Amino acid sequence: MAEAANQSIKKSGRRFGESCIISWLTVCAAVSVITTAAIIGLLLKESLVFFENVSPADFFFGTSWVPILKPSSYGVLPLVWGTLQVTIGAAIVAIPLGLACAIYLSEYASPKMRAYIKPVLELLAGIPTIVYGYFALTFVTPILRSIFPDVQVFNSLSAAIVVGIMILPMIATLSDNALRAVPESLRQGAYALGATSYEVTTKVVVPAGLSGVMASFLLAISRAIGETMAVTIAAGQTPNLSLSMFESIQTMTAYIVQVSLGDTPAGGIAYQTLFAVGGLLFIITLLINIVSQLVLSKYREVYE
Amino acid sequence: MSELAFAENSTATNETVETIKDKALDLQEVSILYSGNPAVKKVSCYFMRNKITSIIGPSGCGKSTLLRALNRMNDFIHGVTLEGKIMFASEDLYGPEVDPVEVRRRIGMVFQKPNPFPKSIYNNIAWAPGINGFEGSKDELVEHSLKQAALWDEVKDRLHDSALNLSGGQQQRLCIARALAMDPEILLMDEPCSALDPISTAHIEDLLFDLKSRYTIVIVTHNMHQASRISDYTAFMEMGHLIEFGETEQVFTKPLVKRTEEYVTGRFG
Repeated sequence: MAEAANQSIKKSGRRFGESCIISWLTVCAAVSVITTAAIIGLLLKESLVFFENVSPADFFFGTSWVPILKPSSYGVLPLVWGTLQVTIGAAIVAIPLGLACAIYLSEYASPKMRAYIKPVLELLAGIPTIVYGYFALTFVTPILRSIFPDVQVFNSLSAAIVVGIMILPMIATLSDNALRAVPESLRQGAYALGATSYEVTTKVVVPAGLSGVMASFLLAISRAIGETMAVTIAAGQTPNLSLSMFESIQTMTAYIVQVSLGDTPAGGIAYQTLFAVGGLLFIITLLINIVSQLVLSKYREVYE
Repeated sequence: MSELAFAENSTATNETVETIKDKALDLQEVSILYSGNPAVKKVSCYFMRNKITSIIGPSGCGKSTLLRALNRMNDFIHGVTLEGKIMFASEDLYGPEVDPVEVRRRIGMVFQKPNPFPKSIYNNIAWAPGINGFEGSKDELVEHSLKQAALWDEVKDRLHDSALNLSGGQQQRLCIARALAMDPEILLMDEPCSALDPISTAHIEDLLFDLKSRYTIVIVTHNMHQASRISDYTAFMEMGHLIEFGETEQVFTKPLVKRTEEYVTGRFG
């Protein structure tokens, strides 16, 4: 004790070391911010060059996308439509299944069952997306073609199905978390009023956790929009405004892959389209993520 | 079991002869086990129709577990088993053909912490009758239930506001109104005032007096004064055993068992 009393209370080397570590951690955190800013800056700069050559009206409302061959045309709608087709199809597959899965996990499954299903879902989420692409091309498409003979080898339907399977674990896991966050006391209160499990789940638990569930849908949709490899492989490379899901289409991401493969000379308009399409993609997913954050922050105030 | 004392046994010859018909619930040697460990041990007692019965005892004595057994809320806890019989009219609540959902429709419960649904005041009350096929006027039902719970005057102008904007005491009365809207025969209350301030507590105690003309009430409470103020019968439990059961006045003023006397006079527990 006497020794401790003799020690100086001035800053020692140890404190200096600590401040070094804090600075280092701050730099690490800053990297992600800087990267995001750099990406936005680059997209903006190159897109501006693109819009000097192509009017925004032609880009946003044009119905024909022929960027490389002459006569060229830069209407982005076919690409947006391709992306939408796959995303909507994926949502139709994944939302009911994912929500049902979440309800089962949170309300009905025994702890033992959960312990089996959760890791399988995580495994599903960990499969490389290119594997999903080949799964679509070599497994899903042949099945579709045996049912509907009109289905082309590359088609948006099989892409939508596998993207749906891909985002299912995300919906299931996030919705499960949202439902499990609903206080047990609400379930007890509902059961004590003579409600069945089904009524408790559908009329108390899901409505109470709805904002979290909605946020999981939006995040999964945003993931489906950005999905690249599976749709490039399964859905093909044909910009297409057709309503049919049996035909080949091209999504915005698949177009970026096509241009990035290297045949397009840097600096030309075709090269600039990369940034215009990329920027549009970025804005769409950013908007969806912002909306889902707003939905989530509302959800935090629900119970108390 | 030798410790168990019934005041009625010693006074069975006088006018307080209770027929089976007057018993809303009759517990016969009820034991409740958590994964084989008994929390309630061979409890036999009964809850009289249109009376308030308090269950008192130190924390962990099994009184809440016993209460939750009365409308099968323990079914949701894994590993809970019950031995013995709980007779509700002429049926055993734990009989093989009994539908627990139907039991809970007829035996309502109010919890320790107010747990209104994140819905409007109106829908908190109208919800359960709605899913159970109620066909009358919901507006009237909501008004009637809120009046019974002495909450109507405070909320009648904002029935469609969220129930979560109410104060704790109001929320608890809303939960009582919600239970009453199902028109249960028995109302179980698990320390309904423990999360409330004295004024809200007084509100709810007044309310219980009014309600007992229509309902049978069983209330678990930590508060000895509350038990002696409001209840007609009192059951004292300790370590899972029912130590004493009888009319409240007798249990508090002339307890037959020494442990009861020590507990109600505050000498231990």
